[in-house]
Amino acid sequence: MEIINAFALIINYIIIPGLTYGCQLALGALGVTIIYTVLRFSNFAHGELMSFGAMTSILITWIISYFDLSIYPLPTVILALPISILITISYCLLIDKYCFKYHREKNSKNVISLIVSIGVMFFTSGLIRVLIGPNDRTINDGERFIISARKFKEITGLTEGISLKLSQGITIIVSIIAVVLLFWFLNKTKTGKSMRAYSDNKDLALLSGIKTENVIFYTWLITGTLACIAGTLYGLDKSYKPFTYLQLVLPIFAAAIVGGIGNPIGAIIGGFVISFSELLITFSYNKFLSYLIPINFLPEGSLQLLSTDYKIAISFIILVLVLILKPTGIYKGKLL
Amino acid sequence: MKTDFFSEKKYINAYLVCAFLFLLVGLFQSWNVAFSILNLCLISAIMSIGINIQWGNSGIVNFGVMGFAAIGGLCGVLISMPPTLEVWKDGTAVILIILFSFLISGILVKKFLKKFIYNKYLKILLSIIIILFSLYLIKSIFIPSINFIENTNSAKTGYIGGLNLPIILSWPIAGLFCGVIAFLIGKIALGLRSDYLAIATLGISEIIIYIIKNEEWLARGVKNVNGLPRPVPYEIDLQKNEFIQTLSNTLNLSVIELSSLIVKGLYSILFILVLLIIFFLLQKAIKSPWGRMMRAVRDNETSAEAMGINVKKRHLQVFIIGSAIIGISGAMLTTLDGQFTPSSYQPLRYTFLIWIMVIIGGSGNNHGAIIGGFAIWFFWIQAEPIGIFLIELITIFLSDQNEIKLYLLNHAAYMRLLLMGLVLILALRFFPKGIIEEEKRL
Amino acid sequence: MLLDVREIICGYENTIIVDGCNFSVKKGDIACIVGPNGAGKSTAMKAIFGLIPIMSGQVIFNNEDITSLNPQERVMKGMSFVPQNNNIFQEMSVEENLEMGAFIHQSSMNENLKNVYNLFPILNEKKSQIAGELSGGQRQQLAVGRALMTNPVLLMLDEPSAGVSPIVMKDLFTKLKAISKMGTSILVVEQNAKQALEISNLGFVLQNGKNKYSDTGKALLQNPEVRVSFLGG
Repeated sequence: MEIINAFALIINYIIIPGLTYGCQLALGALGVTIIYTVLRFSNFAHGELMSFGAMTSILITWIISYFDLSIYPLPTVILALPISILITISYCLLIDKYCFKYHREKNSKNVISLIVSIGVMFFTSGLIRVLIGPNDRTINDGERFIISARKFKEITGLTEGISLKLSQGITIIVSIIAVVLLFWFLNKTKTGKSMRAYSDNKDLALLSGIKTENVIFYTWLITGTLACIAGTLYGLDKSYKPFTYLQLVLPIFAAAIVGGIGNPIGAIIGGFVISFSELLITFSYNKFLSYLIPINFLPEGSLQLLSTDYKIAISFIILVLVLILKPTGIYKGKLL
Repeated sequence: MKTDFFSEKKYINAYLVCAFLFLLVGLFQSWNVAFSILNLCLISAIMSIGINIQWGNSGIVNFGVMGFAAIGGLCGVLISMPPTLEVWKDGTAVILIILFSFLISGILVKKFLKKFIYNKYLKILLSIIIILFSLYLIKSIFIPSINFIENTNSAKTGYIGGLNLPIILSWPIAGLFCGVIAFLIGKIALGLRSDYLAIATLGISEIIIYIIKNEEWLARGVKNVNGLPRPVPYEIDLQKNEFIQTLSNTLNLSVIELSSLIVKGLYSILFILVLLIIFFLLQKAIKSPWGRMMRAVRDNETSAEAMGINVKKRHLQVFIIGSAIIGISGAMLTTLDGQFTPSSYQPLRYTFLIWIMVIIGGSGNNHGAIIGGFAIWFFWIQAEPIGIFLIELITIFLSDQNEIKLYLLNHAAYMRLLLMGLVLILALRFFPKGIIEEEKRL
Repeated sequence: MLLDVREIICGYENTIIVDGCNFSVKKGDIACIVGPNGAGKSTAMKAIFGLIPIMSGQVIFNNEDITSLNPQERVMKGMSFVPQNNNIFQEMSVEENLEMGAFIHQSSMNENLKNVYNLFPILNEKKSQIAGELSGGQRQQLAVGRALMTNPVLLMLDEPSAGVSPIVMKDLFTKLKAISKMGTSILVVEQNAKQALEISNLGFVLQNGKNKYSDTGKALLQNPEVRVSFLGG
């Protein structure tokens, strides 16, 4: 029983939040990685694109609620998602047309595109704040829990409860669907393969008759979709605050680089590496151990590797360590 | 030495435009506002010179401006504030010694690992063990002393305090200290190029901010340090001064306004002095054989290397110099503010805005960096009025009570982000060389 | 005449590398361009394929002036090109490489795939392997196979034997012969003049960007001057 309690504790405080946050990071990192492999620059605006996606989801949810449509117990935002994805994709395509295309055709250095993406980041964050304001907004209007800790305790009789929020469940399921579709697209369809071919060997792809414009169109299509989903899910799980998305950029880059930038599988693994290390390093193991070893043997003080204040800093530390020790990441990615 | 500060007409024009803008602000808004903007413009100009040295002269992408500026600010606190005597008497000295020896031993261990252990995985394993061990040390020795410091009079001090020296000393010291930090960072990160270096330096600067925010014993963390001593007199003292009082009568200004004008003016003079010193030293360096070598490295690394230039060493030098300059400006900023607020360090404001200054000003030219610093900071401050004006213009056909118009006007403050992004994107497209082009030198 | 290149001049910025060369390839021919290092062989081939702009001269393909077309449009017209380096998609599987080759000829893909597999059975064996893991010779076969997937009338190869062993080279040349028998004309730039001329109906010897000799492969091999200056006796 004690051991089960210990496991329940770990599941509740590490596995479930880790999976949720990992999914959000992985979706973000996939977007960054795909832009990097095809367009060859680090897109600092990706966090703001996610924020843009979340914002459109909220705006459309408001319109939907105005017509009293709802799919309770699921949050209304699920209904809004397809439309907001389309809007985010259009925004991405517009940005590409007016900002990135010129430098791509001029063959500017990739650092220039990176700086352009910072311009896009400023512009988008301004646009978002003008449109919806900087305030905190709750997205979730559905049921709060799939299973609450109290109910779980009642059913199982354990002292430790496991709670699974609806937003967490949705995050994990939607992420799995998105990733499966993405991999199907990249590996099984002709267009997806042509994208991989383009990023693998651009000159040869052109010789084979693959068209640059098409590849770039699909790249932004995927990026916009991923950004919108990731942004909306992140906002659904926590709450929508525009400025948090700026802080999300670096953890996303960390995930992409840890996994090996340019490698979609790496991006997913990287997302989970970051999310779980954040939780494992800042988790206080006192209670966990109290279930496993006699109380007398428990060491005094908090059994925590780093204080929770450093939670986000962990992703930066991992990022810097990986860059210095193994810049290609876990799965040999492309070197920037 | 005669320099060419005003030798070329286009520079004069750009500087005159800046002066004219300040005149406008002084006349139409207030001179107080004009001088506040000027002071921050000067600091921004110094920061963008720091980046310009790295990016314009060597192509190094340093996104760590925020970190160095914060370290500079920290120096301001540690130099100028009175020491917290209680903790110096018993706890802290121990900590500092341990901290110091810890750093040294850390470096030694790294050297040892490099020299004697060839197996990569063993090396990683050993590093992890060392890190865990040091974490244990931190837990068992550091934490108690830290708690002691933080609990000593925590409402007012709760940190180690400073050296009680004139704050102006912190400016050169911040430069030195940031130089040392830049050396350490450069040693490990400069092997990376462009995108990776940008991300790495951004990450490192975030880590620095996190440490400053959370290690309260160092500089009170998010509790901020207020009331830093000043290099210039206080307004209240000035107001008591008879000469000032008579001056205010003759100028027909209130004493309060005049005194704050004088204080700001004195700051401006100090900042201009620093800017000029840095500028002239750099111009001299750029014209020297060393500067030529740097440009050779930037324009073609491979051939520079083939000519026997140690590219890595050059990059490290430039990285240190640029970061030191940013550190100096960081200390100046804290001096001007009179307080150190770690949570105010945001990458948007410190890293990316400075980068916009460099790009807009024209990379590779220090005049450009100064003008860029002035222009962008001015724009950053004045973007809200501009935004309101633009919204009024767009919604000219809507009534004053129109909801959309009111909504937009309420959110005009955020127009500055939007406009700034627009300026950067447009500049990169239509004026990639910036306001002032790089000087052609042989 | 399938391909007729008339008096082309091309080069980079200020230096002219190919200075008024003529080439012609008939249906079913194997033609090769040989010459010493720096003679402009590869540049000439890139110019024919449209990878480098031509300053003057004409490229006629299938009785059509294609001088102003870009490489992709030339692929559509029935040309296909195997570059010297980076001629496969390293991170994709062998079969995906071939599929990408057929990107614009989707309709006849299965048939072409079968032909390529017949020609290079080793590719069939390794079809799901990542191309980057193949050996040098297999990579070269894959590169040729990829180019054949567009169902070309004219296959152009830039130094296919560079960096592969003599045995692999011999094998490759045999395959080229087989390809030409199936009706695809071949234009190949080669460093190994002797072996290339042996399989060629036509040979063009370049020197300093100009045609030095143009004759049948056999005749060139027997020409004493050519033997002394270009074939090492």
